This record gives sequence, structure tokens and C-alpha cells, in this order.
Amino acid sequence: MAKYKMHLLVCGGTGCRASASDSVLEHLKKELEIKGLQDEVQVVMTGCFGFCEKGPIVKVSPDNTFYVRVEPKDAKEIIEEHIIKGRKVTRLLYQDPEKKEAVSDSKHMDFYKKQIRIALRNCGLIDPENIEEYIARDGYAALGKCLNELKPQDVIKEIKDSGLRGRGGGGFPTGLKWEIASKNNADQKYVVCNADEGDPGAFMDRSVLEGDPHAILEAMAICGYAIGATKGLIYIRAEYPLAIKRLKIAIDQAREYGLLGKNIFGSSFDFDLELRYGAGAFVCGEETSLIHSMEGLRGEPTIKPPFPAEKGYLGKPTNVNNVETFASVPIIIRKGANWFNKIGTEK
Amino acid sequence: MTKIKTLADLKKMKDELQAKVDLREKGESAESYVQIKVGMATSGIASGAKQVMDFLIEALEKRNIEAVVTQTGDMGYCFAEPTIEVKKPGEEPIVFGYVDIKKADEIIEKYIKQGELVEGIIPVNYQVIDDK
Repeated sequence: MAKYKMHLLVCGGTGCRASASDSVLEHLKKELEIKGLQDEVQVVMTGCFGFCEKGPIVKVSPDNTFYVRVEPKDAKEIIEEHIIKGRKVTRLLYQDPEKKEAVSDSKHMDFYKKQIRIALRNCGLIDPENIEEYIARDGYAALGKCLNELKPQDVIKEIKDSGLRGRGGGGFPTGLKWEIASKNNADQKYVVCNADEGDPGAFMDRSVLEGDPHAILEAMAICGYAIGATKGLIYIRAEYPLAIKRLKIAIDQAREYGLLGKNIFGSSFDFDLELRYGAGAFVCGEETSLIHSMEGLRGEPTIKPPFPAEKGYLGKPTNVNNVETFASVPIIIRKGANWFNKIGTEK
Repeated sequence: MTKIKTLADLKKMKDELQAKVDLREKGESAESYVQIKVGMATSGIASGAKQVMDFLIEALEKRNIEAVVTQTGDMGYCFAEPTIEVKKPGEEPIVFGYVDIKKADEIIEKYIKQGELVEGIIPVNYQVIDDK
């Protein structure tokens, strides 16, 4: 394993890619090869850093330098000045608009100072198309913990105690929803991830799906274990081609590594999932329309009750949760409900 | 490509892979690790600072010491190159001069591990304006 002294993290979120961040990455790689440094400096395309207005973003580790508005032609200067000579390229650093000075470390930027990244814990730090990087950051450890140490009711209790509420806007207590689904008996149950994100301009879910797709897969498997479902479906809007691509890669990799499929972690739990694509209807972000759309019917809301947890996809008990809700699940299982409910407001 | 059949397999894989992404996480919270800056300006490189830096990275990993090693510019002590600045968490940074591989080894064993000061310290003779 080549020991890399430095990592160059290039933002691969849709925002930065629209500004040619993949070209930035190619140029950085080329410059490193010209200088013979390709074994010492690793260049990685990561998920969204969140600072989209100043993209493309390039972050240098471990000195934590945050470059903004990087263009492909800047690659040569970054390699020659920063990597080889150790001098930061000041003109590419973020300029604080009030103090008018360059801020090199993102920790000191007003935008990032108050953020505790939980659902976005891996975005910007790992290559989303590489399952090994997810595993290196405790990926799938939560699923392992559930299958080996916890009973389904324990998992539901943990999510209930954490106070996690639906992040799609409804705010319904997630643990309670899982409990209702688990109590309804049927020969087949389903876990559905609502990745339609119809709100114009919103991209929280997109960032998670592009930057950390495995978190969703792991969370859906955990949900499946908790409620007794063996099949999952991700309903994703067709307008997110990059997220779709990364999810496909993630699902294939997870299957390859035995983290999706039969007898996960040697237990008797099977779980697999597939993608379903939206077709441009805002209403299909509503769970009953979403379910009907997946069934091949017209995307039209139907009256609740019965709720999907009782009668959902194909008439079976179905648990529908938003992407961001699912993104928080693995870390709640790993760090515990008490850690999670201490953060934020009382409710 | 190996299939993960048990939780133990996952843990083992994680431990092997962690080193690869550790560097990025450490960068985020560098203050809680030992920070070492190796002077890699012209005088530093001419005196062999690169070999010292490579040695430090490898040795710290082998001896399981959590540290962030970065390169920096000229610290001004060209007569004493290679120079390194070592900052242990919660302590003032100390600059060592004339650091060859043998000295670097000594600094790891004595100063970093046991807090024992080693010969060749260059005293602080500057003030950084943004510390105020």
C-alpha cells in the first residue's frame, strides 16, 4: 500500500462538477505525474463540501487548506507551490467578506464554524464510489452491531430514544413509525427511501446520495432488520443522474462484499434493494403517490389511514423514510441514542 | 473483493483500511494530535529534509503514535537545517535543528514519547502577529 503523504480532496458534487471540478481533478493528477509525485499524493473525488457558491473546492490534507474557485489551469500552481514547496496559494484561499483576509482552514470559516456534521459526516471526506473508504470510517459497523448484538425491538427502541424525527419535513418520530411497521404482520414487508426531493433548489438529499450513498444502504438494511423487511426500494428522481450512478455503484459493491444479499454477517437476515426512478412529478414526493408510482399506477395520493406502515407497497406493510432521516441512523446505532438526543433542541 | 462473512471480518478490514483515510480526519482536528512541521524550503531540501520527513511518517506509524506531519516553508534557521517544529497537544511548539534521521529517532523516543527535552533546540525568537 503506497503511503500517501498528502491527500487532495476534490469536490465531486453536482454543483462543483458543473464548474468543471472533474477537469480540475484530471489536471491535478496529470501535474502530479509530470512531477513524479503520483505515489506520494493521493487525489480523490469526494462528495459535496457544502460550500457550493465558491466551487470548485479543493481541500488539502492533512494541513487542512481549503481552496475555493479552483480552475483546471490552477492545478499546476497548486502542485508546484503548495505540494512541492509548501507555500499555500493565497489567491485561491477563501476571503472572509468582513475581515477581508484569507482564511486557510475551513474550521475557522464562519460558514463551517458552527456546523456539527452528522448526516453529512462522510461527505467531503471519502470517495463515494469506494466502499473501502466507507468501511474505513466505521461503515457497516452499525449494521453488524444490530445483526450480532441487538434484537429488532432493541433497534427500534434505540431509534425511538434518540428522538430522530422525519427529516423530509413531516417530523414524525421515526422510531414510532418503525414500531408500527414492525407490529403489522405480513409475509413480505418493504423499506422505502424517499429520494424524490421535489423542493425546488433543495439539495440536502442529493448531497448525501452523491457523497455517502452507503450510509443510506446501511440504514435501510438496519430498518429492514428492525421491522422485518427483506426488500428495499429507493425511489429517486431521474433528475439526479450522478446520485443514481453512485447509488448503483454502491449497491453493486455492497453486494460484492456480502453486505447486501443473503445471510448478512453470517446471520439469518437477508436484505437487498433496488432503485426506482421518478419521472418528474412533484407530487410523487408524497409517500402514497410515491408508492403508487412504484406500483406502476398513476402518481396520485390516496387517503390515509390506512398508513403505508399498515398497507403500503403492493398492499404490504411499508416503511417510508427520507434520505436525511436514514443518513442519521447508522451513527445513532453506533454512538447511541443518548449521544444523539443531546444535540440540538429538546424536541 | 473479499466477501465479509462476519462482523470480525469487517473490523479487520476496517483496521487495515483506516490508515488510508486517517490522514484526512486528522487534518480536521489536528490540535488533538502531535503536529510536526518539517522545514522544506530550499535550504531544508538541500540538507535532506525530505528523507527526514519520510522517516518521521513511517516511524510514527510503526510506533503507533498519532501524529500529523506536514511540510512547511523556511523557518529562518537555514544554518541549522534540517529543522522540525514539534507541537504536542496543549504544549508550546519546540523547534529542533540539525535533525538527521538519527536525531529524528531520538526526538520521537525522548521528546514525543516521554517529554524529555533533547539537545539542539532553537529557542523562540519571534512573535506571530495573529496570536494576539
